[in-house]
Amino acid sequence: MTDTLKKIQGTATKIFNNIKKKEKAEIESPIRSLNNVIYNKKDGFFELKGLMKKRALTANTVKTFAQTLKLMALSKDLIESKDIATKREAYYVSKNWGEARFKEQPESDAVMDDVEAMFRTNRERLGFIADEHGGSVAGEIIVVDKDATTGNEINIDCTKFGSGSYSIPSDIENIKFKTKAKFILAIETQGMFERLNKHQYWRKANCIIVSMSGVPSRACRRFIRRMTDEAKIPVYVFCDGDPYGMMNIYRTLKVGSGNAAHINKYFCVPNAKFIGITPEDINQYQLPTHPLKEVDIKRAKDALKNDPFVKDHKEWQKALKEMIKMKVRAEQQALAKHGLNFVISNYLPEKMKNAKSWLP
Amino acid sequence: MGDTTLDNFGGPTPKNNTKAYELAKGQREISIAEFFEKNRHLLGFDNKRKALMTTIKEAVDNSLDACEEANILPEIHVQIIEMGTDKFRIIVEDNGPGIVKKQIPKIFAKLLYGSKFHKLKMQRGQQGIGISAAVMYGQLTTGKPARIISKIHPDEPAHYYELKIDTATNKPDIIREGVKEWSKDHGTKIELDLEASYNKGSQSVDEYIRETAIINPHVTLIYTPPKGDQIMLVRATEKKPKQAQEIKPHPYGVELGMLIKMIQNTHAKSIKSFLKDDFSRVGDKSAEEILENSKLLSKMKPKNVTREHAEQLMEGIKKTKLMMPPTDCIVPLGEEMIEKGLKKEVNAEFYTSVSRPPSVYRGNPFAIEVSIAYGGDQPGDKQINVMRFANRVPLLYQQGACATNQAVIETNWKNYGIQQTGKNFPVGPVTVVIHIASVWVPFTSEAKEAIAHYPEIIKEMKLAIQEAGRNLSKYVNKKKKVKDELKKRAYIETYIPHIAEAIKEIVGISVADEELIKKNLSELLEQARGKVDKLNFDPTKNEDYDEELAKIGREEAKEELEEELSKE
Repeated sequence: MTDTLKKIQGTATKIFNNIKKKEKAEIESPIRSLNNVIYNKKDGFFELKGLMKKRALTANTVKTFAQTLKLMALSKDLIESKDIATKREAYYVSKNWGEARFKEQPESDAVMDDVEAMFRTNRERLGFIADEHGGSVAGEIIVVDKDATTGNEINIDCTKFGSGSYSIPSDIENIKFKTKAKFILAIETQGMFERLNKHQYWRKANCIIVSMSGVPSRACRRFIRRMTDEAKIPVYVFCDGDPYGMMNIYRTLKVGSGNAAHINKYFCVPNAKFIGITPEDINQYQLPTHPLKEVDIKRAKDALKNDPFVKDHKEWQKALKEMIKMKVRAEQQALAKHGLNFVISNYLPEKMKNAKSWLP
Repeated sequence: MGDTTLDNFGGPTPKNNTKAYELAKGQREISIAEFFEKNRHLLGFDNKRKALMTTIKEAVDNSLDACEEANILPEIHVQIIEMGTDKFRIIVEDNGPGIVKKQIPKIFAKLLYGSKFHKLKMQRGQQGIGISAAVMYGQLTTGKPARIISKIHPDEPAHYYELKIDTATNKPDIIREGVKEWSKDHGTKIELDLEASYNKGSQSVDEYIRETAIINPHVTLIYTPPKGDQIMLVRATEKKPKQAQEIKPHPYGVELGMLIKMIQNTHAKSIKSFLKDDFSRVGDKSAEEILENSKLLSKMKPKNVTREHAEQLMEGIKKTKLMMPPTDCIVPLGEEMIEKGLKKEVNAEFYTSVSRPPSVYRGNPFAIEVSIAYGGDQPGDKQINVMRFANRVPLLYQQGACATNQAVIETNWKNYGIQQTGKNFPVGPVTVVIHIASVWVPFTSEAKEAIAHYPEIIKEMKLAIQEAGRNLSKYVNKKKKVKDELKKRAYIETYIPHIAEAIKEIVGISVADEELIKKNLSELLEQARGKVDKLNFDPTKNEDYDEELAKIGREEAKEELEEELSKE
């Protein structure tokens, strides 16, 4: 019996005994927000502070309570039958639950996050996997996977996808790597990734490139983490020069999120560095800009005030303040002002050489 | 500017004004019949349908007033017989005090004759136009006289008359008279033929009969419509309404014409004693004050008072501060009675009534009463139903022009949990009864269909609606709370089995344990919430509800409508 299964049964048994004795039943899980994380400087990720929320079984919580238990029952089934369900599939399974079914997927996702946090585990161990695309990989790495039918090892050479790329699967715990690359470059947009891939930037720079397509999925974060852990190579992150790219994308990749703090330990990439676009780059490269939107300013101010990671890094405070002052943002693609391949010929090589131009 | 009042227009006609002579040839006395023809809408005879309603209404109003004055519990028969296309005979018979022989022709066949015009007393009829106007209408449309029998005592004979109105002179034209055998101890019966049309619906005779029964719970009405069965509406109470007191007019309430008439008819020897004797709330001191403000001598003889003097007197009255008139002359129905009547008509879940203390407009005392019925059988998606009454007479026409309408739409019904958009008519399962009792109900016209918009009256109506509305909102809120609570319990009930099922799936408990869990959860979650008040509508709870009464004119109206719709 797996640990997770034991935990599920333990919790359900406790609730059963409470109700049997006509006592108050409750479920306890950590609060999932930035307020409940501290920045673990030593290991470099967001860690739970220990604030718990108790959901007592009352008239108001009875529906969520039922749904939580039903989802736990589904998880038990999945673990026992060694099967998996995507978040969306789990949502559809709930349609069998009569009145306890979820109306929209965000409801089932939230309950799933709660169950995950309750057992301090990741959803994969509960038998659930993400719906989203895990990200794309290309470059100097061989992914060692297994054939689902024969169980034989397969070597996947990520230099051999032509203009395509390797797609990161949801569950990567059993995957191995072979690589001699010097570094990993994580890229915010699929467009920039395709440009670098098409011109085989990874060959020139002897590196691995990863497309995150926005905020990186857990699989993508875990994949990067495992590559850097095992190959002992640095990770550089190349984002848009705006608070979203800096905070939501980079910060989540590096130290994790408040929402899933119970798993940050495994999903953070503490040695990641932000190579651009920085406010300084905007000036230095004379990049075309757009004005900061209301929500951008709010996001930056919020980070300065509440984000434990930013509070711990003067460089980030300076960068965010500078950006608020400049009132502008610049996209990765803005480099195309100096020629479509300026990013390959000038920007990236120059940034790689100059560690002082990075943000921690 | 000279003193060119109307009084100075007499005097000799200049001889050279030949144009005036020419015009004079075309000037003649307008006969009362012509006047009636031209002004029938003012009296409620605008169309055939309304004529039937007005005729019955005038006859029944008279019967009720007479019974009340004689302190008799009224029992009134109303019969409508279809005589041919658009020709009807109506018969109204009461057990009232009867009319002495020599008065019968004048009462029924002389316009503007009656006991009521000169009195300030809370009663149904006011001007003495009503019944003779109906006689006139019948005569004009069918050529037939009105037939009247009246008896004042078991020992006296019953007098029979066939009457017409001499349209040139406004005098009774006695076609036939005599004595008849009549088994009744006392009472009056009138039979009239007239051109009319009989319809159902909100402005019908049926509706008038029904509303009359509602607002007069001490009356028994036996109604025979032209089609269908006789309907007997038995009195709900033996308690007669208190006798209304007659009061003298208050100076603030008189107009110039009325004042001149009063001065002409007074028995007082001086203008000062005229003021003291013929008005209410005028004592020695206030009479002196009025005369001082009018710049008139207190010893002046009434017969010497000219029109100018009367105008001075009006000004003087305006300048003098007087006590408001006594209000004990108003006999409201009382909250209990008005509610009893409403309960007969509407089977609702909640009733509330408000009887406001009397107030005064232009020197006339009046009182407003409001009763509200909520929920039950009433449709929730239609405009609320407003029933209007003035001195216990239903008002069926001209709702839009009525002061009640303004009072209803200017009240914020949302405060009481009733839907309303802006200053529109509210929508919801509500019936509102508004009753005005006054010594002189101000109508917008002689047809007595709508109450005039005096600010004092509208204010009182609004206050009464608001007071009743507050009671209503208490109930509506309570009901909402109970509904929410029941919803919550149903909600809890829905999810308990799922919790038990999930535990069973995870832990693998026995069926008995699963049932135990459900039972315990239900105790833990539901019963801990306490008892719920039962506010469900119980249609049998209202013992006063009279299905027969509520049905009058309704079902057939619906059938007619459906027939019409199916034809389209």
